[in-house]
Amino acid sequence: MSIIVDKNTKVIVQGLTGKTGTFHTEQALQYYGTQMVAGVHPKKGGESWTSGLDASAELPIYASVAEAKDRTGADASVIYVPPAGAGAAIIEAIEAEIPFIVCITEGIPVMDMVKVKAKLDKSNSMLLGPNCPGILTPEECKIGIMPGSIFKKGSVGVVSRSGTLTYEAVYQTSQVGLGQTTAVGIGGDPVKGTEFIDVLEKFLADDETKSIIMIGEIGGSAEEDAAQFLADEAKKGRSKPTVGFIAGRTAPPGRTMGHAGAIVSGGKGGAEDKIAAMEAAGIRVSPSPARLGTTLEDLLKG
Amino acid sequence: MNIHEHQAKAVLKTFGAPVAEGVAIFSADEAAAAADKLPGPLWVVKSQIHAGGRGKGKFKELPADAKGGVRLAFSKEDVVKNAQEMLGNTLVTHQTGPEGKQVNRLYIEDGADIATELYCSLLVNRETGQVAFVVSTEGGMDIEQVAEDTPEKIQTIDINPETGVTADDAAKICDALELTGTAREDMMSLAGILYRAFTEKDMSLLEINPLIVMENGRVRVLDAKVSFDGNALFRHPDIMELRDTTEEDAKEIEASKYDLAYVALDGNIGCMVNGAGLAMATMDIIKLYGAEPANFLDVGGGATKEKVTAAFKIITADPNVKGILVNIFGGIMRCDVIAEGVVAAVKDVGLQVPLVVRLEGTNVEKGKSIINESGLNVIAADDLDDAAQKIVAAVKEAE
Repeated sequence: MSIIVDKNTKVIVQGLTGKTGTFHTEQALQYYGTQMVAGVHPKKGGESWTSGLDASAELPIYASVAEAKDRTGADASVIYVPPAGAGAAIIEAIEAEIPFIVCITEGIPVMDMVKVKAKLDKSNSMLLGPNCPGILTPEECKIGIMPGSIFKKGSVGVVSRSGTLTYEAVYQTSQVGLGQTTAVGIGGDPVKGTEFIDVLEKFLADDETKSIIMIGEIGGSAEEDAAQFLADEAKKGRSKPTVGFIAGRTAPPGRTMGHAGAIVSGGKGGAEDKIAAMEAAGIRVSPSPARLGTTLEDLLKG
Repeated sequence: MNIHEHQAKAVLKTFGAPVAEGVAIFSADEAAAAADKLPGPLWVVKSQIHAGGRGKGKFKELPADAKGGVRLAFSKEDVVKNAQEMLGNTLVTHQTGPEGKQVNRLYIEDGADIATELYCSLLVNRETGQVAFVVSTEGGMDIEQVAEDTPEKIQTIDINPETGVTADDAAKICDALELTGTAREDMMSLAGILYRAFTEKDMSLLEINPLIVMENGRVRVLDAKVSFDGNALFRHPDIMELRDTTEEDAKEIEASKYDLAYVALDGNIGCMVNGAGLAMATMDIIKLYGAEPANFLDVGGGATKEKVTAAFKIITADPNVKGILVNIFGGIMRCDVIAEGVVAAVKDVGLQVPLVVRLEGTNVEKGKSIINESGLNVIAADDLDDAAQKIVAAVKEAE
């Protein structure tokens, strides 16, 4: 098993015809035949798109998300639309009732995401991101920009706010032989869709997921909330061995560290508070991002 | 992006917020004319720097008992005298760090008779994904201190983006600020004005501390600190014009030209990393092994050879840098591209300090062989732990 996406997931692409959308759709098609089924472009409806890596891989382009969903039965959409139009693209996907929306785009104005969030909260759609690397279930489905080559089918659920630290966790769990069920990058923006808790709930419920790696960073309080959630669930008898890591112990307060959401402000969102909350919830916090795999290995040996 | 107080007030004024009359000046010669334009009998001379705590701040060049960065003047001569004393000097506040900031402009403002000082700010509440008012009756003080000592005196009111500020919301804000009479009427409308300014101009922070009630019962914005969402500046050319690059680090300005996320720090190990999380983790691990990072630098997911070269030049231009750690996990970013960029940059600007390179991920073998065949004096590392230990050791040895 896996969470959220598997080999049956059908994906449409908003922003397929751009350079980024094209590159990553080519990569996804090459990854165990991820079912990329169509593209959406308001002015190119009726045209088609062909992969530069495989001329037989041709996707239809529809003028709207609603039409693409109707025609293909898609249950997911991935968005590579540039920042200025990405908020509207998410709203279009929500209004078309796409069940699972992944927004890769970095740099969307926060106020646009405030509008998206209001729509999202009233819908049945699940949004991953924005400013995230996407989601990958090994040997089944790759949505987004994670490098498929470092994955290995296995038992660890990975959830992270950071793209490259997701890759570190995936690579290291592959190296120690554990492999992954699914890796989920929730993204580095302050206002976003899926949070740690949403993903952790699914990992706890998934039989194949035997352990979890959770990677947070400075800013906000999502890590503290997630730690509290895991502690509460453990009291109810639901728990899985979990390794944690928090990036940004040395970040100066008041400065945005690359990710729009990675900022310690007003004395809140610091790394030490998050680490303390995770440890109090029974999460084994790795002091080094290079030891995520070995820390988990040690934890599983008991 | 941050702007000065006088600019922030001008922006708020266009939305109808009550602010005092004032004039910004850049040299002491302009002080008398500025004072003439205002009615008196009380003037306020305010240092304009991008940092808080100006009133309690001290000028480095002046005696310890000299007045701070915000001064009251009771005559026009007094305005001129204070302007002469303040302009060009370095103001140190709890937010500037010990090096302080040079005061290059002053804001001469009409004085006000203050009855009550309140606190009001707007920000995006990450937990709800909505714009929120944060208000307190404890104005004019460090709000972080208030949050620490008396958190019950701070109230947060979230605003539904689909309705904007409702009469209910405004009433809650007035209640929290304990406002009555004319002041309450003023605030009922000011709440909507501030919300419109915040959302229409894509602000990330709007802080009014203090918001005052004057002796005549009217409300006024006495100080204003505004930051804008950098990702939304493309749709606000008017705001972009307010940028004051003298307030920013020269290396950070250079980095922003190449779309590199760079933050200057105090340590001596320069870092070049892909991904914000990994870049932070790289700083952390340098510290873990007993040294300090000189910077945060994320070259991003789609870096080109040119971008990598620019990044490398910015790092080496920092005289504090005694060693460099390049840490790349190539997902989208290919290791061979990074390697080519590093080699090109070193050939271009030379290499005076130890360089450790750790490459992993897409095209890693190709990347490693480019580095190995370059003939450059590069220390290769296997993983991030190994890399951090090697650069820390190399820098210590060189000392």
